[in-house]
Amino acid sequence: MKRLIHLKVNGEPYEVAIHPYRTLAEVLREELDLIGTKEACKQGDCGSCTVIMDGKTVTSCLTLAVEAEGREIRTIEGEAKNGKLSPVQQAFVDHGAIQCGYCTPGMVMSATALLEQNPKPTEHDVRMGIAGNICRCTGYTKIVEAILALAEGGKK
Amino acid sequence: MRLPKFEYLGPKTVQEACSLLAQHGDKAKVMAGGTDVLNVMKERKIRPEYLIGLRAISDLSYIKADADGIKIGALTTLTDLANSAVVKEKFPCLAEVPMKMATVQIRNMGTIGGNLCNAAPSADTAPILICLGAKAKIAGPKGERVVALEDFFTGPGKTVLGKGELLVEIQVPNQPAKTAGAYLKMSRVSVDLAIVGVGVVVTREGDSCKDIKITLGAVAPTPIRAKKAEAVVKGKKIDDALLEEAGKIASQEAKPIDDVRGSAFYRTEIVKVYTKRAIKQAMEQAK
Repeated sequence: MKRLIHLKVNGEPYEVAIHPYRTLAEVLREELDLIGTKEACKQGDCGSCTVIMDGKTVTSCLTLAVEAEGREIRTIEGEAKNGKLSPVQQAFVDHGAIQCGYCTPGMVMSATALLEQNPKPTEHDVRMGIAGNICRCTGYTKIVEAILALAEGGKK
Repeated sequence: MRLPKFEYLGPKTVQEACSLLAQHGDKAKVMAGGTDVLNVMKERKIRPEYLIGLRAISDLSYIKADADGIKIGALTTLTDLANSAVVKEKFPCLAEVPMKMATVQIRNMGTIGGNLCNAAPSADTAPILICLGAKAKIAGPKGERVVALEDFFTGPGKTVLGKGELLVEIQVPNQPAKTAGAYLKMSRVSVDLAIVGVGVVVTREGDSCKDIKITLGAVAPTPIRAKKAEAVVKGKKIDDALLEEAGKIASQEAKPIDDVRGSAFYRTEIVKVYTKRAIKQAMEQAK
């Protein structure tokens, strides 16, 4: 039986009727057309589906949409404001921290949450902070550099 | 992969959860953070008709200190356990465990109760908790009962939880002075499941080990105490020869299997080395 759930995504309220066996990643992509959030492994290992829920990163492929009822969700679509990239997005561009781009939305969400919780992370903190996001182009060095540039006061 | 079909039940109280569990029996599966349960459902290893999500039971996420020790609500996330000031202060060896588990996202979702009830032989939270003498508070149709965590596991994926029962709280008792512990985990990267986990808690007296508990993970159907190795060390002055002996005995107590993560032989060798190192590290911390 479908249920009516209420989600707040990037500040916008949504009401959607879904089956309880749909994941948040599926609902974001297929019902709300927010396809910036990617899915790759679908088992919580790769981090490409990372979104921020109530201030903390979660893998949306292992989150039931029914359990996201009433929660504040942030996806990559909400990070740029008024056509201007977020500081994290801009740092990724400036440091060439994007190769094929598939991991980028999840990576940006993890980096954003990390910097919000720990504005001055060390390199170790950064590497631990993105340990749940796999970049199969293996371009980690530039991603770490981009995040560290913000950590050192840069444009943050 | 997509999830198989199921009906979702979201009880708001422990009592309601227990009665739903009792009512639906084997047709139902309980879910806390979902990081284990949803994966095995996606793999079609289990296909429950009803999924009982505990997320709406808000009063099961807490860490409280009292005269006896601390009490941890079963729905406390691994992130909250790692960040808890009282856990860091009273049981630093326990606060360190979540950081050796999974990833940021999974620690934000996964719970201590879920890690224990999933009952993987490699469950990372189990060894140190068993060494600390933790107890599991279980709610059920006939009321509450408390069992030693050491007796909680009965096999891979199996626990003492009966029909309609739910793990609601982990109780960790205060430890004697000069007590400290260490959990060493061997895995390819820390994100992975343990190939071997060794938990040790020691009470130190001068250069001697007054009391010790050793618990091995991922080398038997459940986490197991290495009691013979404990007997080797207990009451003795610690030196390298004694640690060597303790490691050897612990490795004989391990009953590992070959699997994709490591061979039984490899696991046995690692138990030897890690038992030695964990005792050494715990003794250092207990100064």
